[in-house]
Amino acid sequence: MTRTLTFKVVVAAMAVLFNLVGTAFSQDASSANELRKSTADHSMFKVLQQEFSSGPQVTKACLTCHTEASKQVMNSIHWKWRFDHPVTGQKLGKSEVINSFCGNVASNEPRCTSCHAGYGWTDMKMGPPKSQTAVDCLICHDQTGKYTKISTAAGHVAVGEVPSKAKTITGAKAKPIDLSKSAMSVGMPKRENCGQCHFYGGGGDNVKHGDLSSALYDPSVHVDVHMSKDGANMQCSNCHVSKNHNWAGSRYHVDAKGDSGIRKPGARRDVATCESCHGNTPHKGPNPLLAIKINDHTDRVACQTCHIPGFAKGGIATKTKWDWSTAGKLKDGKPYAEEGYTQGNGKHMHTYMSKKGNFEWGEDVIPFYAWFNGQVEYTKQDDTIDPSKVVEVNKIPGSPTDPRARIWPFKRMEGRQAYDKKLNHLVMTNVFGPQSDTAFWTNFDWAKAINAGMKKAGRSYSGEFGFVDTYMYWPITHMVAPAKEALKCDSCHSDGGRLASVTGFYLPGRDKFKWLDILGILAVAVAFIGVTGHGLVRIITKGRRTAQ
Amino acid sequence: MTDIRNLDLDRPDAPVRKPKDKTRSYRIAIYKGYERFWHWSQAFLILSLLFTGFGLHGLHNLLPFGMAVTLHTGAAIVLMTLWVFTIFWWFTTGEWKQFFPKNENLWNIIKYYAWGILQGASKPYHKRLHSKQNPLQAITYVALTFFIGSTLWASGIAYLFYNMWEHYGWANQVFTVIVFLHTAAAWGMAIFVVIHVYMATTGEPWYHYIQSMITGRDDVELTDAEVAFLEERQGEPLDTSPAKH
Repeated sequence: MTRTLTFKVVVAAMAVLFNLVGTAFSQDASSANELRKSTADHSMFKVLQQEFSSGPQVTKACLTCHTEASKQVMNSIHWKWRFDHPVTGQKLGKSEVINSFCGNVASNEPRCTSCHAGYGWTDMKMGPPKSQTAVDCLICHDQTGKYTKISTAAGHVAVGEVPSKAKTITGAKAKPIDLSKSAMSVGMPKRENCGQCHFYGGGGDNVKHGDLSSALYDPSVHVDVHMSKDGANMQCSNCHVSKNHNWAGSRYHVDAKGDSGIRKPGARRDVATCESCHGNTPHKGPNPLLAIKINDHTDRVACQTCHIPGFAKGGIATKTKWDWSTAGKLKDGKPYAEEGYTQGNGKHMHTYMSKKGNFEWGEDVIPFYAWFNGQVEYTKQDDTIDPSKVVEVNKIPGSPTDPRARIWPFKRMEGRQAYDKKLNHLVMTNVFGPQSDTAFWTNFDWAKAINAGMKKAGRSYSGEFGFVDTYMYWPITHMVAPAKEALKCDSCHSDGGRLASVTGFYLPGRDKFKWLDILGILAVAVAFIGVTGHGLVRIITKGRRTAQ
Repeated sequence: MTDIRNLDLDRPDAPVRKPKDKTRSYRIAIYKGYERFWHWSQAFLILSLLFTGFGLHGLHNLLPFGMAVTLHTGAAIVLMTLWVFTIFWWFTTGEWKQFFPKNENLWNIIKYYAWGILQGASKPYHKRLHSKQNPLQAITYVALTFFIGSTLWASGIAYLFYNMWEHYGWANQVFTVIVFLHTAAAWGMAIFVVIHVYMATTGEPWYHYIQSMITGRDDVELTDAEVAFLEERQGEPLDTSPAKH
């Protein structure tokens, strides 16, 4: 009896054990993917199973569990639009700077703040909203793909009755959102979340950055080797790692050298540099000698310089020139537009708009190259400019003798924008305001638009304006091509190569000592002619002697 | 057939030549196997370095830059290795003495190559057992090694290892100087190659020197005492030189 019992227990125990092992294996092999990464299924939370009538209501529900989330977000650049530069001391961020696209946020709030990570920032001067429920959790965490903001509503979303003309921040027709469904779907941000704002900067797809466009939702490996499904299939946040809702990677304070990212396992890696994953000696081919030589380049040449041979790939053009000075022309008293550019995906693009002036577009653009130490300096509104020269809206400092600088690729945006003719300052303009009598896009009157913009921002303005040519530099770091498409040595080490204008150092293959080479060629030629002549005389005199 | 590889020049019983001793020309093996290997592999490497180097410098576009870098660096490393072996060989065999400059007869030799050779004059210098090179050759090679060669090596190695010193503040300027020296010395080497190749044709017949650098055999002036010494060591008579007999 006891023996039988023991036997049964052993068999049962073995069965359980076997079962467990089997389950473990089968999970490894097949059902691992079916498991949620998250430990919480938000559709099961009672607090989310309700009808929401506004975004802040959803946020309120989120905060019942994630009690500190709003405080973290409100401490980030996504919220503050303000960045105090640790090196230059400049006060930067969207709330502070002028760019060569739509210019400035102040006086254009509901349009510009439609991309704010919150609800209802209607006045730059007042700073972002104070209420914790004003944080927009869903814009980053929604996983339905349906949640989006209205393009002119200071960050608010489409709920209930949506005006028929309303558009989203990506330019699509706005449809009412099921906030409850969206709230229950939440997860970690995907490229569809980040892309809604960052792919559409400057007012349209890829307008601003050149290396961030809707082409990155589903890119080929040619367009982006990291984000392609056939490549690493990475999300934005795989590189832009977050810590307390603050993200790695800054366009103001760039880690231009990439050496802060090389850390041992377990150490901090909230850095978005290439080196934080690849290290700074990643090249293994095509042969050991060349691999060493290419690795020798990483201290002076940014990875992006060779590995992003062109940007604005995948059929989506980027705006390369924006001339505001021609804006305001009317036909029969009405604004008009011209579509003189067709981009790779077949879409016709504006080349003139009465609201905005003339544009130029580019695809597969060859970057502008410069030494860059990462510490971008802005020409702010109250900085004095020299209108006789092209004004750099932002400067990208660096030189071959600056040990922190490397050669970087940039999108160099060409602009022509308004400035104060007397004070020699850039000006802020009020462009948006469908109901106002000052907004340029409504009234086509520069004097009023500048006046209103400057007044709203609380700046002094002489009342006289002109237009000045500008450059603005955008570091290129996305749309990394597969290794086989990387630049070859000759792309730079040659006459008239890509680095033709990056001077101040000797670049083999490009630079020469002209007079030394002339002297050398002459000397070799003289030697050659000399020995040839000598040889000829030898042959002739020998012939004569033989004849004698 | 005598092979002077087997000669111990410092042997106490080796014959000492007196100034008035009469000599005759004998064709014996004079360039050793290693020496010929060194000469021809060095010739190939220097030509490769010139070709790839001028490509890197941008004077021609016959090679992709990356390939030129690989070949130039590779050839330099092989040549450096060859030199390490060669220096070892010089000092273990005593061959370094061949390069010791001697000013005897130098002017006569310059006159001969500039003018005499055109008139069918006879050579003012004949190879001897202990002295394969004429004084002009010796001084040329020494000058080549000390000025052009050392400049190329020093600047080339500094260039190759740029990354080990580029962090110094002066690196940017010094690099330019190094590139300048390297290029200037390369032009010097190119001039040497042109003249050297031509001088190799001044034998009789014109391919004589080239042939002897391949076969290792050349005509050497020997005294009767040296002949006796060599014949005794090898146990058979020496070939007399066909050019003279």
